[in-house]
Amino acid sequence: MCENCNGQFGTDEQKEKLINYISKNKDVDGGIIAIMQEAQSIYGYLPREVQEIIADETNVPLSKIYGISTFYSQFYLEKKGDFHISICMGTACYVKGSGDIMNAFRSKLGLSGEETSKDGRFSIEATRCIGACGLAPVLTVNDNVHGRLTVEDVDKIIELYKSKEV
Amino acid sequence: MNNSFKYNLLVCGGTGCTSSDSEIIISTFKEECKENNIDKEVKVTRTGCFGLCELGPIVIVNPGGYFYCRLEVKDVPSIVKEHLIGGNPIKDLIYKETIQDDKIIAFDETPFYAKQNKIALRNCGVIDPGEIDEYIEHDGYKALDTVLNSMTPDETIAVVKDSGLRGRGGGGFPAGLKWEFTKNNESSQKYVLCNADEGDPGAFMDRSILEGDPHSIIEAMTIAGYAIGASKGFVYVRAEYPIAVTRLQSAIDVAVETGMLGNNILKSGFNFELEIRLGAGAFVCGEETALIHSIEGERGEPSYKPPYPAESGLWNKPTLINNVETYANIPVIFNKGAKWFASIGTEKSKGTKVFALGGKIKHTGLIEIPMGTTLREVIFEIGGGIPNGRKFKAAQTGGPSGGCLPESLLDIKIDFDSLTSVGSMMGSGGLIVMDDSNCMVDIAKFFLEFTVDESCGKCTPCRVGTMRLYEMLQNISSGKAVIEDLDKLEALCHVVKSSSLCGLGQTAPNPILSTLQYFRDEYVAHIVDKKCPAGVCADLLTYTVIEDKCIGCTLCAKNCPVDAIEGSVKKPHIIDVDKCIKCGICVDKCKFDAITR
Repeated sequence: MCENCNGQFGTDEQKEKLINYISKNKDVDGGIIAIMQEAQSIYGYLPREVQEIIADETNVPLSKIYGISTFYSQFYLEKKGDFHISICMGTACYVKGSGDIMNAFRSKLGLSGEETSKDGRFSIEATRCIGACGLAPVLTVNDNVHGRLTVEDVDKIIELYKSKEV
Repeated sequence: MNNSFKYNLLVCGGTGCTSSDSEIIISTFKEECKENNIDKEVKVTRTGCFGLCELGPIVIVNPGGYFYCRLEVKDVPSIVKEHLIGGNPIKDLIYKETIQDDKIIAFDETPFYAKQNKIALRNCGVIDPGEIDEYIEHDGYKALDTVLNSMTPDETIAVVKDSGLRGRGGGGFPAGLKWEFTKNNESSQKYVLCNADEGDPGAFMDRSILEGDPHSIIEAMTIAGYAIGASKGFVYVRAEYPIAVTRLQSAIDVAVETGMLGNNILKSGFNFELEIRLGAGAFVCGEETALIHSIEGERGEPSYKPPYPAESGLWNKPTLINNVETYANIPVIFNKGAKWFASIGTEKSKGTKVFALGGKIKHTGLIEIPMGTTLREVIFEIGGGIPNGRKFKAAQTGGPSGGCLPESLLDIKIDFDSLTSVGSMMGSGGLIVMDDSNCMVDIAKFFLEFTVDESCGKCTPCRVGTMRLYEMLQNISSGKAVIEDLDKLEALCHVVKSSSLCGLGQTAPNPILSTLQYFRDEYVAHIVDKKCPAGVCADLLTYTVIEDKCIGCTLCAKNCPVDAIEGSVKKPHIIDVDKCIKCGICVDKCKFDAITR
């Protein structure tokens, strides 16, 4: 399972950056979660290959790394879309219709759960409260916040990002 | 405020307003002032949250407390020209409720602000969180100086005990007792933790305090460290709060540079260091033992208590853990005295509580009220009531651990014990208002879906029990349940409550139990009549066109995503129930109320 088929996952720069970070932080008590967060910010997600690098460099068993990565919702084992749509499912957003917005995105993008669209452009997830309850219902696309939404905005948001460069 | 400035502009830099471009508004104000050569007369301050997030982005112009809301970047030049240069505030851009009989009143005289009493939020929306000097000007680090240089640890703890402060994270345990227990456990190494893993959906007060007043947390944790004998502290923050994390980290750095943190703090000989640890998205980590395991780099699963963290916590050392809002009260208690603090609130709940108002309420945002304020005052006076002419149905407090309170309980005085006595709880302070278009079975199902998802899986009653509860609710909302199921549902709720390991499982059934208690009719309607009175549960809805009302405008048919509506112009339309996916778009679109569900 390699991305560029030279036996290594990701680029040399990515690997070097991660190993560098680990060598500086591996002695921090309880620092493994921070290392995994850094790894995810470098690679975008935490596939087995990246977890193996972390395990090798920190001497923490791979099983434990896997245990942590599946426990916390922040870690992704699968690659996300170019544009990752996180729809807030906090209570304030839910009572203002974020469930309808989620369903609209699913039907427009042809997705059933929280997977990535076939062309790799979009992925959606229900996210925990992002604390922007004043803008409910709210969602983020990568780092951009869109608030005070209605079902009719769904098309506009998809259009906005459809042809955008990442 | 520096007297050389003619105007001081406070621009909200909280997460809500930042999401609606307050950063660009700040830079545009600065540029415009410079271009008009008034930049030496106008101070532009990026503050924390003002509370009225609904109206963001917000700018307050002082003197006068002029409250500009929902500003756009294009409005900035006219405010500079007409208000800052011409001296004439622009009425069209000012918050409507501050205009009374054609006169503009200061923002803090409006009902939203006038009924509040800001202690924990005292500096939010007032100072620039990035400037330690502004914090110091507002009595910052004064309490720390008093404690470190003139009080013993026992005297320090006595003040916290006398104040009657109870933990604001949900449990309401007396803070002073926690401090005392941790102090009394001898160890060469102890820890002070701050729980900023604010997971209760709809609550964002901890984030606002970290964003708007980070030094107050640093000061309070250092005082706590001195009181219990700890030299190291951790703040455990949600990774979903990037602005809070950045501001807290830079506040920690500045505090170290200026001698408020680190070695020999304020020349007292006391050493204390502080580190941030990021959460990774697990609701259960708000539980103290789970949070501790997460800082240790483990899966955030809770463990059995006792031993309590005060005895054996982080790395098995005595550990004090309080939440953000609890700490935010500490410096004020020392500056103004325990007696002053204890004079606010009710007999057993002292001080104030911050609530995040959300849902179907006019003024969405953050408020701080004295304990003992009634739900009615909060929702209808401060919150401005229910928008769009709809009717109040329920107020939900305590998030997934709390309950839904009906109209008959609106006059309840809000404090820890009164909320618990009616089947809800204070929680961390989310207060979500629901109107008659919200279905209570659906809301209970929503919370259970949340707890099923967030249950860590360690103990069976929570892992399996919440799932079974969720399935039972699903049967009810899809019309498959029989009336006997209600008794089974209630019985299982009590099993999960009494046998789960930690607070998450022990409180997970509360949303069901409280809705069963106050809205049983709605459950019965789903089961017996196979109807959802609020029109939410899709399986129980059938969309039909009312022939007499339909004028055949074709708008519904044009917008139906599955072409389930047929009919010709000026003739009543018909919905094909087999094709209909019950999305509700037709109802929203119809201008003649001609479609029922």
